[in-house]
Amino acid sequence: MTQVRYLPAMAQALRDEMAADPSLFVIGEDVRESLRGVTRGLYEEFGADRVLDMPISEQMFTGFATGAALAGRRCVVEYQIPSLLYLAFEQIANQAQKLRLMTGGQAKVPVVYLVPGSGARLGLAAQHSDHPYSLFAHAGVKTVLPSTPADAYGLMLSAIRDDDPVLYFAPAAVLPLRGELPDQQDPVPIGRARIHRSGSDVTVVAVGHVVHDALAVAQELEGEVSIEVFDPRTLFPFDWRLLSESVGRTRRLVVVDDSNRTCGLGAEIVATAAEEMELVARPRRITRADVPIAFAVELERAVLPSREQLVEAVRAVATEGRP
Amino acid sequence: MSETERLYRTMLTIRRFEERVVDLVNANEIAGVAHEYVGQEAVATGVCAALRADDVITSTHRGHGHLIAKGADLRGMMAELLGRVDGLNRGRGGSMHIADLGIGIYGANGIVAAGSPFAAGAAWSFSVDGSARVAVTFFGDGGMNQGVLQETLNVAALWSLPLVFVCENNGYAVTLAQERSTAGSVVGRAAAYGIAAEDVDGMDVHAVHGAAGRAVARAREGGGPTFLECRTYRYFGHHTAERTMKLTYRTAEEIERWRLRDPIVAAEASLDADTVERIRREVDAVLDDAIAFARESARPDPADALEYAYASGLRPRRGVPG
Repeated sequence: MTQVRYLPAMAQALRDEMAADPSLFVIGEDVRESLRGVTRGLYEEFGADRVLDMPISEQMFTGFATGAALAGRRCVVEYQIPSLLYLAFEQIANQAQKLRLMTGGQAKVPVVYLVPGSGARLGLAAQHSDHPYSLFAHAGVKTVLPSTPADAYGLMLSAIRDDDPVLYFAPAAVLPLRGELPDQQDPVPIGRARIHRSGSDVTVVAVGHVVHDALAVAQELEGEVSIEVFDPRTLFPFDWRLLSESVGRTRRLVVVDDSNRTCGLGAEIVATAAEEMELVARPRRITRADVPIAFAVELERAVLPSREQLVEAVRAVATEGRP
Repeated sequence: MSETERLYRTMLTIRRFEERVVDLVNANEIAGVAHEYVGQEAVATGVCAALRADDVITSTHRGHGHLIAKGADLRGMMAELLGRVDGLNRGRGGSMHIADLGIGIYGANGIVAAGSPFAAGAAWSFSVDGSARVAVTFFGDGGMNQGVLQETLNVAALWSLPLVFVCENNGYAVTLAQERSTAGSVVGRAAAYGIAAEDVDGMDVHAVHGAAGRAVARAREGGGPTFLECRTYRYFGHHTAERTMKLTYRTAEEIERWRLRDPIVAAEASLDADTVERIRREVDAVLDDAIAFARESARPDPADALEYAYASGLRPRRGVPG
């Protein structure tokens, strides 16, 4: 067991898979120089046929990965900026994702779309601060959002080995985070959530980096409210069974989701809980505001989910309906 | 069988197939619409005659001709268009997504030029493998104004990919005439990337076959991509529903002028009458068989609507709880 940071853990998983699977290659903008650090050293180790710098042509290189996958390879495509996914959305959601069904099971497209640094990171303003995981979950694309170094490693292995397209969002806020990585970290199965901390009063579903806010709040409110911190890890397919078990115990639900409020993942979680689970208090969502991120840091902070909002929501849900 | 005979047979199969498809759409045996290839047969036929079985193509919304010319099974095609379980795509794709990966057909595509980067990825993969396999991407004149195609031309030239771009210029992006949609010249754009570009008479199957043969040979020998602009024409509407729409973007005279250069009529004139008669009978028999097969094939079970969405076998949620 060693202490590692999130980004190197993710990079290590990619390197280990590159070494294990000669059919795997990685493409993206500036991946040789590795501006994001995930592909550092891969060009030197694996060469020009495995590590390809792409022109700034997101649609083309996303479809390029699909074609190479149809020809029998596996690919990791890096997007330096989360909103570049909007340029590639047609090629991911309308092409790669649908090919399996459209071809009646003939095609498989084992491609990972990697965003190392998704979400806001202070001062990058409207076009570099989105965290668009809800869009891909909505489109039925397998979507993972690891919050710890061990999960970053284990989910990278699973995403690469999966025979379907997988969106891999590494939140900007957790890239420098330290955590434990077992010497032999197994793949973390896609579709399996994790309960970071058990509790009996309120289930807090925290999506991505806000897991760490939820853990801090759980600590802060210890003795007052017993919080169960639920990390979905995979957003699609969602681990409804584990959530149902958790909510079955607590009967109270708060969701922290750093995506826009309207049609964000939090809306889906609350809706499914309302339809299929027993709740004794109205569920609450803490989300981004439905607004682009403004440049000034005060304005950015004002629209992102905060610990204060979470504390308030947990207290409200914990006391509602009690005598 | 002579080359002319082979090419004629393929072109006639495409034309008769499309005529049957229109009847089946009109009879509501085929749901939705189909984009007929009638008039353009020489392009798919000439290009695919230059390919090997292990070469790959990406097709378009007007894809039946490409599939037939690449060797797709007519029974499987017809069953797919009728939405049956024995269709090439098990009834999940239909006309706009019909594919046969086993023989290198990476699918028709409902989005203009969206298959072009697939061809680049496959071509790159072949060249890294050291194989002599080639990829061909078909698109129309409308596709020339899609960013993804221009991005693909760039990378194909940059990396000297074994990729042949086939622009089927039928003069219209749906109803918008080329002179109203496209600045400059089509081959001029390809040439600007440093790609060998050729203007080809798309109504002459031998001209297409010759140009495709040169392009494919160049690709196999490591000489990089080629761009073929095949000037052709579709005799009917953008899709089958256009017949009822009374559109005015083309004149009857223009259509008639192109029909005078019909590649099938030209092929028949160069073959003896007995051969033509025999091939017609054979093609009709094959299509009768394909339609009979398709009609016999079972319709998909609605209970299977969530199948084939994921290679991992994941079953997505239904639209109601539980």
